[in-house]
Amino acid sequence: MQAHYGYKDGSGDYFIIVDTDKCNGCEKCVKACPYGVLELVENEFDIEGGLMTAVTEEHRKKIKYSCAPCKPVSGERRLPCVLACETKAITHSW
Amino acid sequence: MSEESGEFWRWREYRHTQPSMDWHDAKIITGGVDIGSVGSKAVVMVDGELYAYSVMRTGGVSEETAIKVTNWALEGTGLKTENLHHVVGTGYGRVNVPFANKTITEIACHARGAHYIYGPTVRTVLDIGGQDCKAIRCDDKGKVMSFLMNDKCAAGTGRGLEVFADLIRIPIEEVGKVSLTVTEEPPPVSNTCVIFAKAESVALLRQGWPKERVAAAYHLAMVDRIIDLLTKVGIEKDFVITGGVAKNIGIVSRLERNLGIKPLEAKLDPILAGALGAALFAKALYEKQIGLR
Amino acid sequence: MITAGVDVGAKYVKTVLLEDGKKVLTGTIGPVGFDVSKSATEVFEKALLNANLKREQINQVVATGMGRKSVHQTPPINAREIVPEVIADAKGTHHLIPTVKTVIDVGAEEGRGVKVGENGGVKDFVINERCAAGAGTFIETMARALEVGVEDMGPLALKSTNVIPMNAQCCVFAESEVVTLIHSKISKEDIAKAIHDAMASRIASMVLRMGVEKDVALIGGVARNTGFLPPLKKELNTEIIVPEHPEYVGALGAAMLAFEMEGQK
Repeated sequence: MQAHYGYKDGSGDYFIIVDTDKCNGCEKCVKACPYGVLELVENEFDIEGGLMTAVTEEHRKKIKYSCAPCKPVSGERRLPCVLACETKAITHSW
Repeated sequence: MSEESGEFWRWREYRHTQPSMDWHDAKIITGGVDIGSVGSKAVVMVDGELYAYSVMRTGGVSEETAIKVTNWALEGTGLKTENLHHVVGTGYGRVNVPFANKTITEIACHARGAHYIYGPTVRTVLDIGGQDCKAIRCDDKGKVMSFLMNDKCAAGTGRGLEVFADLIRIPIEEVGKVSLTVTEEPPPVSNTCVIFAKAESVALLRQGWPKERVAAAYHLAMVDRIIDLLTKVGIEKDFVITGGVAKNIGIVSRLERNLGIKPLEAKLDPILAGALGAALFAKALYEKQIGLR
Repeated sequence: MITAGVDVGAKYVKTVLLEDGKKVLTGTIGPVGFDVSKSATEVFEKALLNANLKREQINQVVATGMGRKSVHQTPPINAREIVPEVIADAKGTHHLIPTVKTVIDVGAEEGRGVKVGENGGVKDFVINERCAAGAGTFIETMARALEVGVEDMGPLALKSTNVIPMNAQCCVFAESEVVTLIHSKISKEDIAKAIHDAMASRIASMVLRMGVEKDVALIGGVARNTGFLPPLKKELNTEIIVPEHPEYVGALGAAMLAFEMEGQK
């Protein structure tokens, strides 16, 4: 299942997408994020789903600002959460 | 919005009991309470069939609203909250339903509720709520396969419509109909921000545009934003719309035209989808509890 | 040689008349009405009146701002060149503060961050566009919800010592949230502070994407808001310089660019 966390507003599209079929609940991305944007939650959509990564409620509405430090205007872009994931379950739309 | 503006944003609150039904011989009576940021809905189901419901505006204190909306749904039925075998809370204020046995995310509840309202062929659910817009893809059992929820930005939500209705001074329950009285569709207003779209609308009105033309422009902009979100999860038939804004014919008809897909027609009030799904989950959970599953 | 800079913003038009690229003769400001080019002309002509000059005596006009196209090669302003805001901002701020490296410009509808190079050129920039929550419109809308004047928002915020979190990140939703907070008997001072904190956090987040290098300057209409500066300083962890007449810096930059263009002839 593809879970899109984030929003689109006047300035653009900002979504972190978690593929819950690929996510194995290893929590590496949660720990890799320097700003506490992610958390491990119970997969409410699938009874056999187990644990999955999600964006915390607090950050869902300001994800553009929360993730801004990892997305400098110029220079190399290294997203700790994406790099930490072994199954490529997490992606950013921007 | 200030009450002095004439309250064009205010929609009618209501309740209903199915006259032909009786709960006295029921095995399982469940409740679903959907506390949204703008509207709250309570549903009572008897053995998985819709029995009674109520829809009202969410007040300043979610807990109070949860109690009020449920009591109103039960009004005249002879039932009390304690008689409900199992209650599930959902929506923005779900943690504030004091008598709920469990809370379940509104995404799952809407998918389930949409299946109840529209049938098992539903694969794509678009929920346009008061302060959010959700796109949900589900399978033949109503299980969620993909979802996207936008509750940060007012563009494409009911609040955006409320702001606009207030501006052109047409009651929100009619603004959609009015937007369809134009002979030709105008270009849409800026769809990027309700605040800016409102300013544009003011300018258009000053320019002499008739109200229905401005309404059409605003509805088109809203539809653009909604389609943008929908296409992120993809659309598969059958396609349905839930939430309060599903009753706005100006939005629905333009969605149909621009998507080239006809949404299924609702036999029940689409605003109840979340609460219905919650009540159905309550039934499944209760059955599991008492060993029926 | 006299040059003019016209900054046609989302809400206000600003004009600056500059003598020999050094001395500011006058600056005028007026609201943007329904007819953009008419509003711009009114402000421009007022500037000419103040300085006792005629249009023919202006050697070159450069325009910037959201509505710059409406005065491009259109009489009487007849701007020869139009430039994006970030270029005018960098130039204007550099003229006033030669040591500036980072400029933050918060206008009515847009917030921008600009990295300034050696001669006031643009090295890098970041824009927060088309979302009212990141610009002056946010403060204005909240002022209405609090039923105070926009100019009172800053002083009100400064009176508060409490931290109230604001959940809403959208102007429209924040308005409802403010109403709820008022009903919960939270003081206007605390709410005003929460509003300024939220906005400062958004602007800072955007600017940090570019990196912050001293000296840092804040310009644009919102720079006049005394309640906005303290939380912004705190978020960026640096001193911030606010030039006198911050809303004119864009127009000043445009006038400077006009001077440089004339000089190249």
